[in-house]
Amino acid sequence: MRNPQLNEKGDLQHLLNVEGLPREHLVRILDTAASFVGVTERDVKKVPLLRGKSVFNLFFEPSTRTRTTFEIAAKRLSADVINLNISTSSQSKGETLLDTIDNLAAMHADMFVVRHAASGAAHLIARHVAPHHHVINAGDGRHAHPTQGLLDAYTIRHYKSDFSRLSVAIVGDILHSRVARSLIHALNILGTPDVRVIAPQTLLPTGVAQLGVRVFHNMNEGLRDVDVVVMLRLQNERMKGPLLPSAQEFFKCYGLTAEKLALAKPDAIVMHPGPMNRGVEIDSSVADGGQAVILPQVTFGIAVRMAVMSILGGGS
Amino acid sequence: MKIHVKGGRLVDPKNRVDAARDLFIAEGRIAGVGASPGGFKADRTIDATGLMVMPGLVDLSARLREPGLEYKATLDSELYAAVAGGVTSLACPPDTDPPLDEPGLVEMLTRRASSLHLAQIYPVGALTAKLEGERLAEMAMLRHAGCVAFSQADAPIKDTMVLWRALQYAATLGYSVWLRPQDPFVSREGVAHDGDVATRLGLPGIPAFAETIALATILELVRATGTTVHICRLSTATAVDMVRQAKAEGLPVTSDVGAHHVHLSEMDLGYYDSHCHLVPPLRSLRDRDALQAGVGDGTIDAICSDHTPVDEDAKLMPFSESGPGATGLELLLPLTLKWAQEKKVSIVDALARVTSEPARILKIEAGHLGVGAPADVCVFDPEIYVKVTPRSLRSQGKNTPFLGYELPGQVRYTLVAGDVTYQVETRNE
Repeated sequence: MRNPQLNEKGDLQHLLNVEGLPREHLVRILDTAASFVGVTERDVKKVPLLRGKSVFNLFFEPSTRTRTTFEIAAKRLSADVINLNISTSSQSKGETLLDTIDNLAAMHADMFVVRHAASGAAHLIARHVAPHHHVINAGDGRHAHPTQGLLDAYTIRHYKSDFSRLSVAIVGDILHSRVARSLIHALNILGTPDVRVIAPQTLLPTGVAQLGVRVFHNMNEGLRDVDVVVMLRLQNERMKGPLLPSAQEFFKCYGLTAEKLALAKPDAIVMHPGPMNRGVEIDSSVADGGQAVILPQVTFGIAVRMAVMSILGGGS
Repeated sequence: MKIHVKGGRLVDPKNRVDAARDLFIAEGRIAGVGASPGGFKADRTIDATGLMVMPGLVDLSARLREPGLEYKATLDSELYAAVAGGVTSLACPPDTDPPLDEPGLVEMLTRRASSLHLAQIYPVGALTAKLEGERLAEMAMLRHAGCVAFSQADAPIKDTMVLWRALQYAATLGYSVWLRPQDPFVSREGVAHDGDVATRLGLPGIPAFAETIALATILELVRATGTTVHICRLSTATAVDMVRQAKAEGLPVTSDVGAHHVHLSEMDLGYYDSHCHLVPPLRSLRDRDALQAGVGDGTIDAICSDHTPVDEDAKLMPFSESGPGATGLELLLPLTLKWAQEKKVSIVDALARVTSEPARILKIEAGHLGVGAPADVCVFDPEIYVKVTPRSLRSQGKNTPFLGYELPGQVRYTLVAGDVTYQVETRNE
């Protein structure tokens, strides 16, 4: 079965997930992103790479941060950007996902940036559209959020350079996290020798070790001597019911405090995909502390999304 | 009409026949095997030279989508698909809309089906009213209307007290209960086997123990009540072991597996192939191998098509939102033959799983070709491989993971009660 992200020539046609992405494509995205970081710091923050192209942001699930950074990235590449919050429009009128896509394709969209609550939605769309369209997965269910995984990898590379010596711990709700899955795949492709997940069993998917991680249930063991700590957001609705007894208990066991962070290497960095729940997964003193690189992640995210869009749309 | 089926290789599992034998049919029944009965003068001769002649297939689960779901399929389309697949008797589960919990509905369904003169249908009635798992359905009245057994299809009975009472009541009247074991709580929201593939694809999982927890409850209740229970659609290795032990213990249980599960596993989901969104889910390769072994040693009595036509739009959705199920009536024979070839199972033993064994579970006289049996016959060419395409399928449901596969066996003639209901070509008649 051909990798659905690549065309016959092996070029990147869509970005659907990090898994199965050839290493050279991944490195090219990170290198291209590095060249765009300079652009975002200039007075005139635009390059004409996607002039005349239309990028449709299709968000079937609400999002502010991801949608905004995609919008900024597209605009800095001089593309026309159309934002659609579909949860409030055609889906509620009963239109199917692919009907929506067909209609937008008829409006001459070049690129679809898609977020959807169902795993595999971006794959479905990519399989459906004509070859001149490009699909970027901006998060599908629990499955993947590849630009987030790539911007996390970019951030780690920025601060730590050599993946082959790193220990990275990902902490929290792995079960429901597309961010964790994409980052795990990116770290594995880039040759990270020690990727750890730290969570109670209730927040880990079955057979998670198969993804190429070491499993820890105890923060004090899992954080020992790591170079990077990635804290995941815990959704409010997960904090009660059968997964966890309370936010307070979760913070006690798995919240990142300065005391726990001291177990990691002294120069360890702390990342978070946002939005943060202070006092649930992360203490404010850590979130605002000197080891946190949470805001640079957001800035790098724009450069990484510019890189992905320019690589996909620049060829044609 | 008297018919002489001439020159074929007769495979009749119940009577342990696999030999060159002619078949003589009169008044809808088998009048002679091998030798012509005295004074037999055929009105029609079917040349079966080079072909196999077997009892029409008996399918323990085919959704015909009537009443209520005619946009997915109709009795006309699906009963024609049945005979095109050599299936002459089929049990239809009660999960129609409304469900088969009213004698009037059952009578209407059987009357409509018999007026089509295609495959014979055997409705399975709802075990509880509206399949809601709370109040018992009127089993005696449904039985009188033609129901052969009682089932919840895929709807759960959450309250074990209700299940216990339902089994007691069915046992009182001597009825069989068909149950697909799945704990409704641990499978909640799940759409795929809870294993490596679902973890990788980010699909909510249905653990294997969803099946075995429910099966353990059912087997305990069988032990307590003595009810005859048919376990539907086994999907896990552990469940196969549990049924094997239950049978060894002498419990009155039988079981079946869907034809897809004999061949496919979670690996076939690929990149979210919604054709592989099935109920129960496709499980691990180890489970698939255990199912094959279970069919081989008779722990699993029957292979059924679990025919579930789904409209195309319902499959063009993200995996978890897509309609579950696959079309199967026309693939039951090819998939059984494929399994027999791959596992080197004798043709007699293989075809028993789709003829005499399901007929025994249904308690019908069809499913074999002894003298006096109903003349339900399938004549097929075992040498021809047919490519599965939307056009090759007569069912209104074109949804199958086997699209593009070339599968063995082409049905040439299907006879139901001595009438030719399907044929692909006329040769030398």
